[in-house]
Amino acid sequence: MPKTITKKKNNTIKLKFDTSWQYAPAPESKSAATINKQYDLFINDEWVKPAGGKYFDTINPANEEKLSEIAEANAADVDKAVNAARKAYEKVWKRMPAKERAKYIFRIARMIQEKARELAIIESLDGGKPIRESRDFDVPTAANHFFYYAGWADKLEYAFPNRTTEPLGVAGQIIPWNFPLLMAAWKIAPAIATGNTVVLKPAETTSLTALKLAEIIQESGLPPGVVNIVTGAGATGAAIVNHPDINKIAFTGSTDVGKIIQRAIAGTDKKVTLELGGKAANIIFEDAPLDQAVEGVVNGIYFNQGHVCCAGSRLYVQESVAKKVIRKLQDRLESLIVGDPLDKNTDIGAINSKQQLETIHKYIRIGKEEGAEMYESSCPLPGKGYWCRPTLFTNVAQSNRIAQEEIFGPVLSILTFRTDDEVIEKANNSPYGLSAGVWTDKGSKIFNMTKRMRAGVVWANTFNKFDPSSPFGGYKESGFGREGGLHGLLPYLNLIN
Amino acid sequence: MLTRLPDFSLSPRIDQVGVEERASRFTKRSIKKESKLNGLMLVLNMIDLTTLEGKDTDGKVKQLCYKAVHLHDTYPGLPTVAAVCVYPSMVKIAKRAVGDSGVKIASVATAFPSGQAPKDVKIRDTKYAVNEGADEVDMVISRGKFHAGEYNYVFDEIAAIKEACGHARLKVILETGELGTFDKVRRASDIAMYAGADFIKTSTGKIQPAATMPVTLVMLEAIRDFYYETGRMIGMKPAGGISKSKLALHYLVMVKEVLGDDWLSNEWFRFGASSLANDVLMQIVKEKTGTYQAANYFSVD
Repeated sequence: MPKTITKKKNNTIKLKFDTSWQYAPAPESKSAATINKQYDLFINDEWVKPAGGKYFDTINPANEEKLSEIAEANAADVDKAVNAARKAYEKVWKRMPAKERAKYIFRIARMIQEKARELAIIESLDGGKPIRESRDFDVPTAANHFFYYAGWADKLEYAFPNRTTEPLGVAGQIIPWNFPLLMAAWKIAPAIATGNTVVLKPAETTSLTALKLAEIIQESGLPPGVVNIVTGAGATGAAIVNHPDINKIAFTGSTDVGKIIQRAIAGTDKKVTLELGGKAANIIFEDAPLDQAVEGVVNGIYFNQGHVCCAGSRLYVQESVAKKVIRKLQDRLESLIVGDPLDKNTDIGAINSKQQLETIHKYIRIGKEEGAEMYESSCPLPGKGYWCRPTLFTNVAQSNRIAQEEIFGPVLSILTFRTDDEVIEKANNSPYGLSAGVWTDKGSKIFNMTKRMRAGVVWANTFNKFDPSSPFGGYKESGFGREGGLHGLLPYLNLIN
Repeated sequence: MLTRLPDFSLSPRIDQVGVEERASRFTKRSIKKESKLNGLMLVLNMIDLTTLEGKDTDGKVKQLCYKAVHLHDTYPGLPTVAAVCVYPSMVKIAKRAVGDSGVKIASVATAFPSGQAPKDVKIRDTKYAVNEGADEVDMVISRGKFHAGEYNYVFDEIAAIKEACGHARLKVILETGELGTFDKVRRASDIAMYAGADFIKTSTGKIQPAATMPVTLVMLEAIRDFYYETGRMIGMKPAGGISKSKLALHYLVMVKEVLGDDWLSNEWFRFGASSLANDVLMQIVKEKTGTYQAANYFSVD
């Protein structure tokens, strides 16, 4: 230690806030977004009052305050929307030269970019996700999907060489509440790029950005009826699924509803793609870059409050490094900031709905009862709204329900393994098969693992990476059909001759 | 207590893509208002004000030392910097110039910056600096030996220099810009800490790239793992290339979120920088008055 210093001049400053340096609130301004008091249905390029005259509230899950009223579409409204879509398909859209169609889609993509800030704010207000994610992930990726499929519109002969393609007709599309705008983009962009027209229903808790997208579509001059957006809950979705003039159903949501849809359309000639639940295995081998793996695990399960169908909710760690990994995870949990979704420093926002929060709490209770050890971040939670601390369970067994069932929240189940064969068997031992992750420093091991994993997407030394050019979809009860990439064109086309 | 040394060839592997992604995530933190002001004060207090030039003279060093203690006297309540960093031949003059202000004198040693000298010369270099009054010694590792796989040589040399330092704290410069991969940065960090480093430091400032956020992150994670393994806290000093307040605040965010609040003082974290101080001062005055003053209001030393 230094020898000569006797008098100190303010040389070791202490910070305020009990020696800890905290981040001041940095909220994004709500005034940059316009939300109407009431939203009607978007049918045939017009805002139409619902036939039943009913509206339901949409709230901000971070403070339970009402944001707006949304029209509830009944079967008559859906019929109107399908008729508009049919007319637009037969009279305009399918006849339009593909490169002309592409111009509209490019325009929509650019307008999403122009309105990115507003869309991000509304996405965070309505859904509870942190502004960092809606700003840096949801909105830009949504715009990218439109750009990407706009590019394919007039190049289908290259996508399917020596085949002739033909659009299917009217697509009924039902999307979930976890990535409202992005899922709308995933559904609408490939459908209209390939010459179909669309009736889309957003989830009832998160309709706002889809309705903002309707405003953008209206402003873009897209011909009337090509995209129709009807809002409502399960009954509205059922009306779409059961409508006789729909040629194709595209659904993203729970496996239970996916099964209902499949039953409903059995015996019809409707085509269907389903993107359903998941319980992804994320596997860390002892030779993995552990700190980066831990970060990948955190992104894998706590991204969007765990409301991600491909979330890495089952973590398999090789026993020799399990202690280290768990300690690092616990540390990392402490540095995650939970709170106001509009604060730019928030890592984990609000749980999307009261109902979902109850589901998550139910599983946390089950996990404890099953004898797993729970660890949660020590962060404070806001008083109002729906919140859940980032949580992990150690000492979990394959037979525990928290290792088998989809929780769809910020809850990680950690299991250990000894050998490659063991972990592959365990990872595949699930009715789901949407995604998986492998962490190892050894290239050959990555290829061995990814070949044997029964999952639609397998990430190596990363997790939750998305790109419009990369297909996405499941095995087993995680659904079928692919979205994104070249593969994402096929579910909206017939290949003839 | 440490009972056995790890096999350094088995130091944890680092994934470059993952490290860069994580490092960029820290830059997303929005530091405003009082947290910005507090952070900037802390940054000032963590600076090792540095002059390491062939043309250094007594006059230059004295002026720099005055600046170290009196950063911007028109603005009361500012801390001093942490230390002044000079060549061994300048230690005595610097020591006298900072007086009893509490500002420490750090001296580079061990044939800085290349380190290409025999071990006994390096030891003499170190002892000279310490005898002249250096509170801290910034040594360079033998990168040639490290690349040749002679980890034991590198280890023993650091241990010998540590012994020569006596009471002075030892900062070990890895010169990450010459190591080539994050895997090697991690391995060199482990060797340095187990051999007795009090601080690990990225760069001499003479080689590009110098300090970056990803490379600093790799070293901070090594420090955390070492702390868990041994219970010993090791300091961190990124040096070279950090000249803007905003970037310095990103580094603080990184330290806080990787190592926690205990490391947020100049006992455990330093910036090796010469032009950072004025940019921080400019920002502090701006926070206070709401307007930026021209650069000419801040002294150049």
